[in-house]
Amino acid sequence: MRRETGGRIDRTRTLRFRFDGRDYTGHPGDTLASALLANGVRQVATSVKLGRPRGVFSAGSEEPSALVQIEAPFPEPMLTATTVELYDGLVASGLPGQGRLAAEPDPARYDAIHAHCDVLVVGAGPAGLAAARDAARTGARVILADERPEPGGGLLGTAEEVEGRPGAEWAAAVAAELAGLPEVTVLPRTTVFGYYDDNYLVAVERRTNHLGGAAPAHVARERIWRIRARRVVLATGAHERPIAFAGNDLPGVMLAGAARTYVNRYGVLPGRRAVVFTAGDSAYAAAFDLVGVGVEVAAIVDVRPEPPYRAEAAARGIEVLAGHVVTTALGDPEVSSVLVGRLTGTGAVTGERALDADLLLVSGGWNPVVHLFSQSGGTLRYDEALGTLVPGTSRQAVEVVGAAAGDVTAGVPYWLVPAEDYGTHFADLQRDVTVADVLRATGAGLRSVEHVKRYTTAGTAHDQGKTSGLLTTAVAAQALGVPVGGLGSTTFRAPYTPVSFAALAGRDRGALHDPVRVTALHEWHVAHGALFENVGQWQRPWYYPRPGEDMEAAVRRECRAAREGVAAMDASTLGKIDVIGPDAAAFLDLLYTNMMSTLAVGAIRYGVMCRADGMVFDDGTVIRLAEDHFLVTTTTGNAAAVLDWMEEWLQTEWPWLRVHCTSVTEQWATVALVGPGSREVLAGLAPGLAVGAADFPFMTWRETEVAGIPARVCRISFSGELAYEINVTSWEGLALWEAIMGTEVVTPYGTETMHVLRAEKGYPIVGQDTDGTITPQDLGMSWVVSKKKADFIGKRSFARADTSRVDRKQLVGLLPEDPELLLPEGTHLVEFSSLPEPPVPMLGHVTSSYRSAALGRTFALALVSGGRERVGARLYAPVGDGLVPVTVTSHVLYDPEGARRDG
Amino acid sequence: MLLIPCPWCGPRDEAEFHYGGQAHVAYPEDPGALSDEEWARYLFFRDNPKGAFAERWSHSAGCRRWFNAVRDTATNEIHSVYRVGEPRPVTP
Repeated sequence: MRRETGGRIDRTRTLRFRFDGRDYTGHPGDTLASALLANGVRQVATSVKLGRPRGVFSAGSEEPSALVQIEAPFPEPMLTATTVELYDGLVASGLPGQGRLAAEPDPARYDAIHAHCDVLVVGAGPAGLAAARDAARTGARVILADERPEPGGGLLGTAEEVEGRPGAEWAAAVAAELAGLPEVTVLPRTTVFGYYDDNYLVAVERRTNHLGGAAPAHVARERIWRIRARRVVLATGAHERPIAFAGNDLPGVMLAGAARTYVNRYGVLPGRRAVVFTAGDSAYAAAFDLVGVGVEVAAIVDVRPEPPYRAEAAARGIEVLAGHVVTTALGDPEVSSVLVGRLTGTGAVTGERALDADLLLVSGGWNPVVHLFSQSGGTLRYDEALGTLVPGTSRQAVEVVGAAAGDVTAGVPYWLVPAEDYGTHFADLQRDVTVADVLRATGAGLRSVEHVKRYTTAGTAHDQGKTSGLLTTAVAAQALGVPVGGLGSTTFRAPYTPVSFAALAGRDRGALHDPVRVTALHEWHVAHGALFENVGQWQRPWYYPRPGEDMEAAVRRECRAAREGVAAMDASTLGKIDVIGPDAAAFLDLLYTNMMSTLAVGAIRYGVMCRADGMVFDDGTVIRLAEDHFLVTTTTGNAAAVLDWMEEWLQTEWPWLRVHCTSVTEQWATVALVGPGSREVLAGLAPGLAVGAADFPFMTWRETEVAGIPARVCRISFSGELAYEINVTSWEGLALWEAIMGTEVVTPYGTETMHVLRAEKGYPIVGQDTDGTITPQDLGMSWVVSKKKADFIGKRSFARADTSRVDRKQLVGLLPEDPELLLPEGTHLVEFSSLPEPPVPMLGHVTSSYRSAALGRTFALALVSGGRERVGARLYAPVGDGLVPVTVTSHVLYDPEGARRDG
Repeated sequence: MLLIPCPWCGPRDEAEFHYGGQAHVAYPEDPGALSDEEWARYLFFRDNPKGAFAERWSHSAGCRRWFNAVRDTATNEIHSVYRVGEPRPVTP
């Protein structure tokens, strides 16, 4: 219920919200948890496995229990009620341990920012504020990030003083000083969730979440900060830890410091009559604060035989049960009474009796928040007196200050209240892992905390075991009879708290997910109804359906035009690299498997590049422009990799070669003009060019004007037909294409037709018909591997035993016996007409598969073990539930004698 | 994310770089003179130490130069960077 006064909430304004279908009110400054407690709502959720009622356990991001789903204004799953700031119109519901993703797209914007600073301070509690102030006063560039909406940290939940002033007032004064300094950036609502190498930290700033439906659309909802800091100060505070006893998960069981925060910061009474169960001093302050606002404290149950502050408690009328423990919290569905008993010399419990209470505060001590420090590569040390892990040393420039450094109030480590049955002694509330489960793990022989974690799932939930991790370790250590410190800890990994994928994606989603590259002709393709295919980042026309045509019909028509008439394709995406220098020819001889230095100026040669292991890496054409000047084309998807490859060899192995390589892919627009009618079309557009087969032979190039545009025309064919590739500057690419289309005899075709045409001719696509384990010889291209050159990249590998195995996979053609059957690409090939018991030897797989207008049937290319020896043989392909027979053929299925290339 | 000191450009984010594996694995003078095993060692065998490791990096989104670095594979600390052709510095 709400106190009459007090708390850092704005009582002049009322916020309406709805939880689990019921309407409530709260105030600005509330969290959903504080508002629910103020309205007397104690059961917030149910547990994931056991369906037990769960309430608010903490007052921060360490919350293991109060899991909620926001339903409106925008659905968001798996939030903790303790970190959701209340806003008007909030609609939420409690979760049974698992949330539901929103079905509709997230309308909000997300963003990212890169920042550098001298000092990054994480945490704006007293230690963090002091560190930021001290750093800022030196003129340093400071970023201060804190996960809460207001600086002050724990000070806001206590009545403690700092530097002689009330804590909250002091925090506000320091924050005001920082806000006035130009080199200081204060980031509230910002969780630093990852600490990486070289002081690179990543944070998420929640900018408009707290505004609910009033959030302005133009401000990013969340923003990822990627911060490179010269020095880091971690002032991340400490989490109070629970103690395991029966029923320690009931609503009404709450960490003592959290109850204190609800009283002081939110003006909320979390109960009427409390029992305080503690192993340390800090819970006394909580008890006193509660009494001060009218909560009856039935008793302070302290495990220590001689606790301090007995007199102070007595002065407030509070009974202290020294050397006592709480054995059981009773009640359904929430705490209504508490069983307490006295500890004997052996640690057993005797003389149990009941105390009426609706609130049970627990304090098992404090765990410094060492997550980020551990992520930094820092070591952790178990402090016997504090019973917790404290920071050791880190190789990075990081300091830990305040509670995070182990500056926490004194107590004795106490973990587990003994019992006959540990079935409701919860170690991990969120995973429903009990002490009985942990004992089952150690009983099964698990002796490492990492194994216990995986066996029980303790610490693997959404809260990543912030309150439960060390308790689980301690229970396991106790069961194994080893010191807690000897068992180590599980690994602290990013993110510290959950981060939405939307925030991590930022603006890099939808159309901005990856750059889109389009050619100079793109608009024409769009205007003429092309469908597009993504090839790397390029958008390439796939096919151009006419009204009523499906893909099959369109591709058949385009193929026929290329084989029987004249057709054109936008080939601008082919990678183009300008290679120039006195040693360019020698360099290309080393790079390609075949000889390039003998290429005459004016001529073109097809070439294959291999890796040093002899496997095909790329293929394309080499054009000799001058003695010292070549233009190399690469496959569309591999252009950047080929340039990298060239530069790597030039820089690291052959720095004496005088060669420069420059990407010119985007400087040129390229149109492939294909088909028996292409010569006539070209002659019409380029009256100055002698186009006869003798004047302009295959694999040569000419400079001329095409449609009045300066052009380099190459006689290259990737279809087997008479064909030209016309290159002009990108600026004039569209004019060239429109001139070609203006002849009204040329059919535009896309990549699908290109694939059919090239496959009919057995031309492989690197990366589709090869996979990094295929040599040129495997592709039936022994002719492209020079026997004359002293060396080239890959040469030595062709003499390895492995590359001459007779059972290597080789490129072959396949004809399904049913000429209408299209084999799915990737289909495996076997020798058997009915499958034997597995394992079934696989002979290879289908790499390309199409319907061919020219062949009047379907066909495929495949990599088949010993394939060339199998030509004429019948193999079987599992398709659907059956095995379909296919006949192995040469990979060249169309015009094997090459009669068509001169038209 | 590492902060890698490119010997040409200065310290830059790791995202600007491309990794190139172990350094000082020179392409053999005469591959034809090597046995299959020696050639296989060049192709496929690389050290994998825990500790100081001389490795190649390319500042692919920057100056596009290759260089070498000695990095501790256990801590990611970069002890030194040096240009192609320079000898590996002595590291502790």
